[in-house]
Amino acid sequence: MAFVAIADRDHEHDLHDPQTFITKYIWSQDHKVIAIQYGVVAISVGLIALILSVMMRLQLAFPETFSFITPNEYIQFVTMHGMIMVIYLLTALFLGGFGNYLIPLMCGARDMVFPYMNMLSFWAYLLSVIILLASFFVPGGPTGAGWTLYPPQTILPGTPGHELGIFLMLLSLAVFIVAFTMGGLNYVTTVLQARCRGMTLMRMPLSIWGIFTATILGLLAFPALLVSAIMMLFDLILGTSFFMPAVLSMGESLDHQGGSPILFQHLFWFFGHPEVYIVALPAFGIVSDLLSVHARKNIFGYRMMVWAIVGIGALSFVVWAHHMYVSGMNPYFGFFFATTTLIIAIPTAIKVYNWVLTLWQANIRMTVPMLFSIGFIFTFTHGGLTGLFLGNVTVDLPLSDTYFVIGHFHMVMGVSPVLVLFGALYHWMPKITGKMFNETLGKIHFWLTFLCTYAIYLPMHYLGIMGLPRRYYAYGNAEFIPASAQSMNVGITVAAIILAIVQLIFIYNVIWTLRKGKPAGGNPWEATTLEWLTPDTPPKHGNWGPKLPEVHRWAYDYSVPGVELDYIPQTEPHHGHDSVDGESKDAVDEASDHS
Amino acid sequence: MSMWTLAIALVCALTVWAVLVRYLMAQPWLAAGDPGYTVDVAAVDEPAKKVGLYMFLAMVSSLFALFITAYIMRMDPTHAGDWFSIPKPGILWINTLLLIYSSISMQQAKNVSETTNAQNLKRALLIGGIFAFLFLGGQLFAWEQLHNTVYFQLSNPALGFFYLLTGIHALHLLGGLYVWARVTTKVWQNAKSDSVSLSIELCTTYWHYLLLVWLVLFGLLLLT
Repeated sequence: MAFVAIADRDHEHDLHDPQTFITKYIWSQDHKVIAIQYGVVAISVGLIALILSVMMRLQLAFPETFSFITPNEYIQFVTMHGMIMVIYLLTALFLGGFGNYLIPLMCGARDMVFPYMNMLSFWAYLLSVIILLASFFVPGGPTGAGWTLYPPQTILPGTPGHELGIFLMLLSLAVFIVAFTMGGLNYVTTVLQARCRGMTLMRMPLSIWGIFTATILGLLAFPALLVSAIMMLFDLILGTSFFMPAVLSMGESLDHQGGSPILFQHLFWFFGHPEVYIVALPAFGIVSDLLSVHARKNIFGYRMMVWAIVGIGALSFVVWAHHMYVSGMNPYFGFFFATTTLIIAIPTAIKVYNWVLTLWQANIRMTVPMLFSIGFIFTFTHGGLTGLFLGNVTVDLPLSDTYFVIGHFHMVMGVSPVLVLFGALYHWMPKITGKMFNETLGKIHFWLTFLCTYAIYLPMHYLGIMGLPRRYYAYGNAEFIPASAQSMNVGITVAAIILAIVQLIFIYNVIWTLRKGKPAGGNPWEATTLEWLTPDTPPKHGNWGPKLPEVHRWAYDYSVPGVELDYIPQTEPHHGHDSVDGESKDAVDEASDHS
Repeated sequence: MSMWTLAIALVCALTVWAVLVRYLMAQPWLAAGDPGYTVDVAAVDEPAKKVGLYMFLAMVSSLFALFITAYIMRMDPTHAGDWFSIPKPGILWINTLLLIYSSISMQQAKNVSETTNAQNLKRALLIGGIFAFLFLGGQLFAWEQLHNTVYFQLSNPALGFFYLLTGIHALHLLGGLYVWARVTTKVWQNAKSDSVSLSIELCTTYWHYLLLVWLVLFGLLLLT
């Protein structure tokens, strides 16, 4: 296939250096600034969700102690904590933050292909966050429907925030989806169209593969959330009966009839399950790169890793109803979805084996990103294994809506991606800020975070098997709950509070890095990928100076036998092959004709 | 029935997978000239806007496919009694013709945009846009007509879906008309460039796509 370096064509990328402070840092069209904007907003809103979870834990450990946490507020905290963490923190930070920062730099492009739309994407995201947070201040407060927003209870008077709260939530989600679309089209198109010369699909680092596939999942799955949000808004505002059945509420029969709450569940989970992988796939990709760089070894089974990412992405669309076993469905469907759920475990397990095999006999450098990556392998395996229990209909039924589920999904899609996020933040911080972070503080941060997460979520599995139901404000004197369960709850809460405080170490470390960090140099980790080869650190507008990089090899040439350094940058030609590999002279000529 | 659907879905998935993996066979750790080396997939040689539009259409297809699925699931005949059929305003047939003509006119604009005949281009573009506006006006009229009948009961999902589906389609067309307005202004200022021809081409693709969506939606609405 003839290769044409599209990114080389100047008219495709009219880059005007931003002149004023406002165009440089506020209304910026530079992907790196937008990435940081996304990151700052996502982490800030994530801190709010973290505080909400501490409030929930306080109530659970010490019921009847805190007068400022009422049953309504408790369920509102549950709802907002879930929604913020899944959508507004994890999705936004992985794709809006790391997607924005890494795609152009790792693919060798000067910027995203639609910089203006990229800027709009961030501002729409900020608007969605503001709308979401505004619901804390309206009469009735935010919605307390649970992050899954199941009708009919969502818009019935018994649920807190059933009027303005849920309206703002649905509106905020719709705006978020618009923001994601504008960003997502950028990420996909940039990967497909603007890679530099020699950067073929199979030479892309796995981070890009993960982000790219996750974005495609998002573009196909977020419409399901949009459809359900729009139809629910119709039910809420106009009184249609898409989801609302005939209901007797507070002694009065409502105008709705015949609506199907199960239809909402299907739509929601057709989005909801791919959403798990929208968060997980970038984490898979990034952790592969972190392990490879810090183990000084090529990633084990690169091709299989790519196939696994693509395969998981495709399979993630046919497992959604395993969230609905207790909703009632045709037994054959239950069988089908249990089977697909077990099948998706195969590519996932391949990835875990490959990570472990990458570490096997490697020259491991126990840096902070490496610690977080190894931590991720533990928590992810743990969460994945409990997923096998919940994926089976007969085991899921008794465990459904217990703390076992909470333990499972926090391990697999809460803690695991967050550990990767921290690893990635530490790994790329020297590039983003140009300075090296404090290694000791980073290690303290890792160990306390890792141990506390286990102290929180491991006991939850036992609580779940005991039958402790989730989303309960207080348990009273239920006979099946022994006193030891309450002691365990207290222990979990203590660990949760420590965990929340420990995160301040990270924030302090960022501030410390910006103020006192030593200059990191261009390539402190001795990595091969393009983002470490920019002429300036942090990279300037346009990334590459006058000439775009040209790629000659894959991203994982570490510890190549017979080579003096233990890494070979992607731009280094193979000996005896000084033209673009594999492409004829004609193709190169054709490329220059286009420019 | 559902077993057949599953079997077809499985065959489709396997085919897509086989095609996909064929593109991802390269062994990137090899250098050119090594045994087993195959040439790998480079960047797409198409304008970014075109790639972006096709990605957007994939997303919009997902959106409409899900609306249609929701429609079919909610209007399941076994739910009979929860909903009743509503008469479809006759003006919808005229609207359909308007949209078809709008699409044809946009195609003409695309065809002449590469030639030097500026007058024909302006005319075709203008007609394409005006007919699209007329279509939207006609849809509004249909909304109004239905509003004034005894069938206007919001708890009937047949009515709810009618407004929902036509409304979402109209919003997409409005978005297209925003781009159309920008392109038409440029053409009127005689700013002729590759980017203008490209925009006209992409507008045309979008118009055809929305016509297809409308035909599917209209057929679906007529069925119930």
